Amino acid sequence: MRIGSSTGPLYAYAAEFDGPTKLVDAARAVREAGYKRFEAYSPYPVKELDEIVPGWNPVPALVLFAGIAGAGTAWIMQSWIAIVDFPINVGGRPLYSWPAFVPITFELTVLFASAAAFFGALGLCGFPLLHHPVFNLKEFGRASDDRFFLCIEARDHKFNVRKTAELLNEFEPLELWEVGKD
Amino acid sequence: MTTVAEKQLQTPRRPEPGTSLPVIAGAESFGTLTEQITSVVLTRPTPPFWYYTFAVGMAALIMFVVSVIYLLYRGVGVFGIEIPVAWSFAITNFVWWIGIGHAGTLISAILLLLNQGWRNSINRFAEAMTIFAVMCAGLFPLLHLGRPWLFYWLLPYPNTMHVQPQFRSPLVWDVFAVSTYATVSLLFWYLGMVPDLASLRDRAKNRFAYGFYGVLCLGWRGASRHWRYHETASLLLAGLATPLVLSVHTVVSFDFTIAILPGWHSTIFPPYFVAGAIYSGFAMVLILAIPLRKVYHLENLVTERHLNNCAKVMLATGLILAYTYAIEPFTSWYSGDTFEMAVVHNRAVGPHSWTFWVTLSCNVFIPQLLWFRKWRTDPKRLFLVSFVILYGMWLERYMIIITSLHRDFLPSSWSNFIASPWDVSVLVGSIGLFVVCFLLFVRFLPMISIFEMRELLPFSRPGGGVEK
Repeated sequence: MRIGSSTGPLYAYAAEFDGPTKLVDAARAVREAGYKRFEAYSPYPVKELDEIVPGWNPVPALVLFAGIAGAGTAWIMQSWIAIVDFPINVGGRPLYSWPAFVPITFELTVLFASAAAFFGALGLCGFPLLHHPVFNLKEFGRASDDRFFLCIEARDHKFNVRKTAELLNEFEPLELWEVGKD
Repeated sequence: MTTVAEKQLQTPRRPEPGTSLPVIAGAESFGTLTEQITSVVLTRPTPPFWYYTFAVGMAALIMFVVSVIYLLYRGVGVFGIEIPVAWSFAITNFVWWIGIGHAGTLISAILLLLNQGWRNSINRFAEAMTIFAVMCAGLFPLLHLGRPWLFYWLLPYPNTMHVQPQFRSPLVWDVFAVSTYATVSLLFWYLGMVPDLASLRDRAKNRFAYGFYGVLCLGWRGASRHWRYHETASLLLAGLATPLVLSVHTVVSFDFTIAILPGWHSTIFPPYFVAGAIYSGFAMVLILAIPLRKVYHLENLVTERHLNNCAKVMLATGLILAYTYAIEPFTSWYSGDTFEMAVVHNRAVGPHSWTFWVTLSCNVFIPQLLWFRKWRTDPKRLFLVSFVILYGMWLERYMIIITSLHRDFLPSSWSNFIASPWDVSVLVGSIGLFVVCFLLFVRFLPMISIFEMRELLPFSRPGGGVEK
């Protein structure tokens, strides 16, 4: 075990791997061992981790509700303006000329839903965030390049300095780092 | 007991069709990909080509600024527009630019939904192209307003004048379609770039770059939770952008079709315009990709396979366009409408007939060279054909607009259109604006999606073998 560039009280153990296979295997073992507060870091999405790392994904629901809200906003706005606020009589045609409201309704549906997808996804990640304890480990920079990290947080109720290290070492990481809080 | 994930791992990856040409040429690893793409921004000296094109683009941009200032000072009369040709270059440029943007969305959204892995190396700069093209497009209707500083009157908002936009007008639909398109393209592009900005942050050599990319990447760590939200949002945005891109050019074509003018009042316009948009957009993608891959030595990432595929899309959309060119005169003749037939006749032999024949040559005859593999994979030839198509597509919109407008129902209102120098300077200037924005993007942002390229490597999947 090596101590990273960080100091302060222990935040987590981080096992560094050079490929996704060991990362997925290790993450699965960690989950099966009963850990809850762990996270896998990879330079690109590894879909297998979705089933392993706990979490929920409310993005689709957010997008659906935002889309409905967009459609409603557009329809009500156009109808209200065309009928109540600024009615224009065009050759005696009905004020509630709903087929003409379809394009803008579609556009606002897409606009609201897209904004929800964007801000929802980034908001759920906790962004914008200027600092996070994993950045205390200098070597963590390679998580955005060619290395894969599995972190088990020290505040996990199952965390044990000896046993957790043993579990991670089973998967022969390149390094096992101690990540400090500062 | 095997889990679903394990079963998926055991299933061999389906070979992609047409794999005779590789998506990534040469043996790459995660590290070399990151290095190659980030070094363009962080370490490698900016090539002289960048400075030359930037200087030319900047000169054109200055011309644009000067023209716009003069336009704001004197009014839209500086353009060659008159009655009945009250729309000319401005609307032509608008349709042309927004059409160019559509290829970027097609590559980033539609090809993502269709699971086309080869798109990963061209989607980032194609999307950047979309954003800058839509930006240029959006300026033209505003500059054409007469009083551009009152542009916000286009939007519905509570005001003391007690007037509101007319929602039965396609011009108002256009405001919503184009602004939505610009916003969604920007969000999609930025969301896709966040993980790559983190790569730039982690490889930054100085504090300024570290801070700049660190703030832009919002604190990305590549955690599996991040990827989960990121992937879902990308997929949903792709699903939303796909009908959006079709709707935008459909609404643009409504600007014409909902008028009763002969030559415009036609139901074939929406598919006709969408096909033409994608056609010209792919031409622009190639015009950007061919020099970029050469100057930045990206031939291993943007391979002949990409050129070939883009050329095939152009060929296909070009044939759709050829079909509409053929069916338009037929419909006019079949309708028995004198005015419709007169427009077709006027386009072919009237005062602007050269636009008709040059359009036909540029968009239908010359691109047939793309049936030959050599013309699809040889960068120089393909660049030439793309250039011809891009010019042809501008001329097509010009032809549609001018020939229909200058011969109205009433012969007493017939007139002609002669472009003024300011028409030309604003068009050329907008190209300068585009070039400058695009070069700044290439210089300061990752022009190829790094994380999506990593996914294409053979050992990127767990159990996929190679681990050093």
